[in-house]
Amino acid sequence: MNGASVTDLAALARRPLFSPRAWAGLAAACVALALLPGLNLVFEPGHPLHVSSYAVALLGKFMCYALAALALDLVWGYAGILSLGHGLFFALGGYAHGMYLMRAIGRDGVYQSDLPDFMVFLNWKAYPWYWAFTEHFWYAALLAVLVPGLLAFVFGYFAFRSRITGVYFSIITQALTFAAMLLFFRNDTGFGGNNGFTDFRRILGFPITAPGTRAALYWCTLAALAGCLVLARAVTQSRLGRVLTAVRDAEARVRFLGYEPLGFKLFVWTLSAVMCGVAGALYVPQVGIINPSEMSPENSIEMVIWVATGGRGTLVGPIVGAGAVNGLKTWFTSVLPELWLYVLGLIFVLVTLLLPQGIVGLVRQACERIGRRRGAGAGQ
Amino acid sequence: MRVIAVLLRALALAGVLALATPAWAASVDPALLAPLASTKMDERLDAVAALGRLPDPLAAEVLQALAGGRLYAAGDGRVLIDTGAGAIDPASGQALPMPGDAKRIVINNRLRRAIQDALAVSQLFAAEAGQRLAAARRLQEGANESFRPVLEKALQQESSGEVKAALEVALANIDLSSDDPARRRAAVAALGQTGRSSYRPVLQALLAQDEQGAYAEPDESVREAARAALRAIDRRAAAVEWSGNLFYGLSLGSVLLLAALGLAITFGLMGVINMAHGELLMIGAYATYVVQSAFRAWAPGWLDWYVIAALPVAFVVTALVGMALERTVIRWLYGRPLETLLATWGISLMLMQAVRSLFGAQNVEVGNPSWMSGGLAVFDGGLVLTYNRMAIIVFSLLVVALVWLLLNHTRLGLFVRAITQNRRMADCVGVPTGRVDMLAFGLGAGIAGLAGVALSQLGNVGPDLGRAYLVDSFMVVVLGGVGQLAGTVVAALGLGGINKFLEPYAGAVMAKIAILALIVLFVQKRPQGLFAPRGRSVE
Amino acid sequence: MNRRLVLKQLTAATVLACAGWMPQVASAQDTIKVGILHSLSGTMAISETSLKDVALMTIEEINANGGVLGKKLEPVVVDPASNWPLFAERARQLLSQDKVAVVFGCWTSVSRKSVLPVFKELNGLLFYPVQYEGEELERNVFYTGAAPNQQAIPAVEYLMSEEGGGARRFVLLGTDYVYPRTTNKILRAFLNAKGIKDSDIEEIYTPFGHSDYQTIVANIKKFAAGGRTAVVSTINGDSNVPFYKELGNAGLKATDVPVVAFSVGEEELRGIDTAPLVGHLAAWNYFQSIDNPVNEAFISKWKAYAKAKNLPNSDTVVTNDPMEATYIGIHMWKQAVEKAGTVDVDKVIEAMGGQTFQAPSGFTVKMDETNHHLHKPVYIGEIRDDGQFDVVWKTEGPIRAQPWSPFIPGNEGKQNL
Repeated sequence: MNGASVTDLAALARRPLFSPRAWAGLAAACVALALLPGLNLVFEPGHPLHVSSYAVALLGKFMCYALAALALDLVWGYAGILSLGHGLFFALGGYAHGMYLMRAIGRDGVYQSDLPDFMVFLNWKAYPWYWAFTEHFWYAALLAVLVPGLLAFVFGYFAFRSRITGVYFSIITQALTFAAMLLFFRNDTGFGGNNGFTDFRRILGFPITAPGTRAALYWCTLAALAGCLVLARAVTQSRLGRVLTAVRDAEARVRFLGYEPLGFKLFVWTLSAVMCGVAGALYVPQVGIINPSEMSPENSIEMVIWVATGGRGTLVGPIVGAGAVNGLKTWFTSVLPELWLYVLGLIFVLVTLLLPQGIVGLVRQACERIGRRRGAGAGQ
Repeated sequence: MRVIAVLLRALALAGVLALATPAWAASVDPALLAPLASTKMDERLDAVAALGRLPDPLAAEVLQALAGGRLYAAGDGRVLIDTGAGAIDPASGQALPMPGDAKRIVINNRLRRAIQDALAVSQLFAAEAGQRLAAARRLQEGANESFRPVLEKALQQESSGEVKAALEVALANIDLSSDDPARRRAAVAALGQTGRSSYRPVLQALLAQDEQGAYAEPDESVREAARAALRAIDRRAAAVEWSGNLFYGLSLGSVLLLAALGLAITFGLMGVINMAHGELLMIGAYATYVVQSAFRAWAPGWLDWYVIAALPVAFVVTALVGMALERTVIRWLYGRPLETLLATWGISLMLMQAVRSLFGAQNVEVGNPSWMSGGLAVFDGGLVLTYNRMAIIVFSLLVVALVWLLLNHTRLGLFVRAITQNRRMADCVGVPTGRVDMLAFGLGAGIAGLAGVALSQLGNVGPDLGRAYLVDSFMVVVLGGVGQLAGTVVAALGLGGINKFLEPYAGAVMAKIAILALIVLFVQKRPQGLFAPRGRSVE
Repeated sequence: MNRRLVLKQLTAATVLACAGWMPQVASAQDTIKVGILHSLSGTMAISETSLKDVALMTIEEINANGGVLGKKLEPVVVDPASNWPLFAERARQLLSQDKVAVVFGCWTSVSRKSVLPVFKELNGLLFYPVQYEGEELERNVFYTGAAPNQQAIPAVEYLMSEEGGGARRFVLLGTDYVYPRTTNKILRAFLNAKGIKDSDIEEIYTPFGHSDYQTIVANIKKFAAGGRTAVVSTINGDSNVPFYKELGNAGLKATDVPVVAFSVGEEELRGIDTAPLVGHLAAWNYFQSIDNPVNEAFISKWKAYAKAKNLPNSDTVVTNDPMEATYIGIHMWKQAVEKAGTVDVDKVIEAMGGQTFQAPSGFTVKMDETNHHLHKPVYIGEIRDDGQFDVVWKTEGPIRAQPWSPFIPGNEGKQNL
């Protein structure tokens, strides 16, 4: 992908988004994944084809992570901006949706009050101004997209304008998410403090724990993931994507050639933040809780390793990486919990040292080798 | 209850006055000792007060043993003082072995206060000036008219100026309720001069008005004096607070400085942000713990000096770990700082888990040596400069001086500076960059180890120690700029100071958030940091 | 193009594999599975690891005495790693995958609140052993820790009494989360009812992991200058260590300003030099220093277990209130199962009411018939210089819990399920 040299920009513009085979593959994967909640709904527990609700919830969560990883790959793999604070956008989207879900509890909470429980025990009498209109789903959805996007835009504008790059940029994104985490941990901030938002009852009128709702959320996540994959592909295949790759490789040179990197970087940075926000918004109803530790620097750095493990600079890589690392985590923390952190640390080290292209790169190399051997064997 | 206590105190004074010259008795009446072990609080308080009345130093010893948890009740009803190597029976003054069935007499805060009161009066005439000062201070609060005679007597006999001043203040406190307005005025002035906030309420009470607008204090001149005294107290309080914040800021800054110094060196040298830096701090702290345990096991007499011994141990251990890190992981990622960031993060996870497996997930206990415990009371007790923090401030300056010497007056330092300024050129000129990298990384890690020793004296030592300081260290390095020691020093001290001056107004969390926001904004304006490296290197 | 297809198929396969690959554990016929849901890593590991070990020890003890209903208990230990969403996930895993009969777990209120929906949805059974802020009463949970009226209120009453120092000004210092916030709200209402004005009460909150208490201790000193002051500390976790260190070094003695803590027990004091802290207080329903044969047996059992299993620092292990509560909870569950004759959750819930147990605290504690809380005694202890507590006050007998504090408006009439 990155190595392919296409000098004819016109030809570049005419290239289809995905090859027919790729479309087929994507469709197949989507269908296969979409079947699972169906199996959960249709068959009874105990039936050999039944898929447990635990598995459906788990996969839904993994897909949200995959979407966040995809967003991160857009800025890191394609634009060379390593953000150690993407968890912030993920969490902000989650909180935005969470505000709606807290409102939707209505009077069913512990105190049977119009206000969420945490506001009652803080002695607040009314919602603060930033909670206005959040009882409407469309407004919360809008917030989930706008708030991360706006924050990213402002932050990115000032950062990229000052030409902060590389390690410095990563450090200040870490500072940003750390500061936000401290802010949200304060109960006085009005977002539930350490408890966060939890105990959701319903979404759009449907009970949130019903298998049907779970399935619907799963399908929405799948649709979002597939859609963002296509969108990301469109961005990276376009001329904008080429400039981005150039910015990643040699920013000064791009500037000298007459392009202003600020606009390009800002665009992809904001897009990535929005995608992350959407991922967070879909994550919260499936997991049932959001709390400021989602904004912790550790979480954001873990996102980076998903991308690195899968293969950065590809689009499928982060999805694979997110699934693989989180699957390993789930398995290890239930079977061998004491070993999990060693494994995770080892993944970090080995992937950066030995697998710079990630799993996808590995597979690609293997395929190339097989292809070459086949070609050589055919007497070329 | 209070009335009875006051009466008892008065009786105590009468008793002491009557027996102004200490009479040496060899024993204490057992009837006074037995109630100490009773379950009824009133009986115990009475017994304590009665013992305080006795001029016998043995009685005072009984009270002190009771306060120190060294008084035991034997099965047969005797009350014994534990001397460590046996027991003394105060009823007879004889030494004997501690009976097996003896149980420690448990006291609570109320008894502790009663014991201190009982001891205070007799200690006004103690041999040691420090004890007399403490007794006088104790009587400054809550003394009343009945104490006047004994205070005046003590004042006549007093030789030390400090104790005299304390006694005068105690008398002034009593004079506040005198009938003579002149005496009241003098008393108010004296209290105002001390500048102590603890007198605020009683002076404020003089200016209190009831519903008709009448003041509690009838005499206007006294009220004026009270207002002036209150102003003096407030001025003093502001000065105390300001000095306090300065000290706290300095101590926080020195902690940040120690934590960030190692990082600054490695970052400046290799452009590598070492995410395992926090864990190097942690390893230094655990090394201190191990040294402490070793001292406890093999050299308990020298336990107070384990911190000094821990310094080279922590340095060497973390330097070795750092060099191993550099050799195995970081050198393969040369020129790829972002990957190094990730790889070192992975190492940090593994180090944390390793420490958890070795030492347990719980925090471990690292105690302050005695010369680092407690604090220096300044402003007449208004501000306490704790010894451990003072030691850390001094230590951090020493470390900075050491590093400066190293960087500017040794060959290694010369090479490090050369590589920091222009790696390729240094390589061409013949500087052994590989070896210097390793040694410099080891140096940075070693300094982190030293910082860990310091941190172990301040707070928790647990596997999560490093995480708490990671973001702060980065902020100092980013703010201070790379390549200059001065940048790190200024950034650290500045951040510490700003944090502590903001904290009283905004609270700890908002101060921290404000600082992070400030740094983020500052870096936008000046990405290279405060003290930027000069040179023409692009990126 | 071939590659991309292969990749897509690989992805799908991997993901599917992960899904269907979840360990489908078939429950053995002759054991009863018991879930243990405590953080073994992360910030809460320092407190929760010992609870997991005590639970395992109790299960071993029960198995050695014949098990429950003739079957052995099989512990299923999972590690939610101090991560709240992971708590919910692990709880779901324990209930739906491992099919445990009961779960003993949680420490922080966040973790409990995040697993509650799971227990309600899957009709599970949770025993929660830690003192907490109340304001909750769930059918699927049994609370073996103290409610505020079994810890906080008696402690403040003691501080206000002549015996405890006659405090008239209070500093409510806590970590910023729901337990201190709610407890302080209850305490403020209680103090107001006792005639203490709001100007004599100061509330301060610090975040988790906060370590620099210089300014706060200086503020406490300043506040104390205004009259007899006591500090009520709901600081949680390892922030207690730097707080107490600062307190000790700054010379704030217990005879001047006593500090009573609700989250500091023997385990937390293991990490501190307690000599400068002598006289400061803690309020619990159990102390290791309580002298009675049941407690002696409990402590020696625990010490032997720690040695046998080579737990870290096994020679300095201590017991504390949540450990005792875990011990009581498991035994009471066993008794309820034997009374009901089955591990079916609904029947066990019914059989739990009225269960009694001879607790190491020296009293016979009872599980209330209707409110799912234990009747517990209250002890107030002063710190000794060896890290243990001297009991300076205790209730005559166990007190019934009031999970809905009468000091919070809107709680009138809410006492039972």
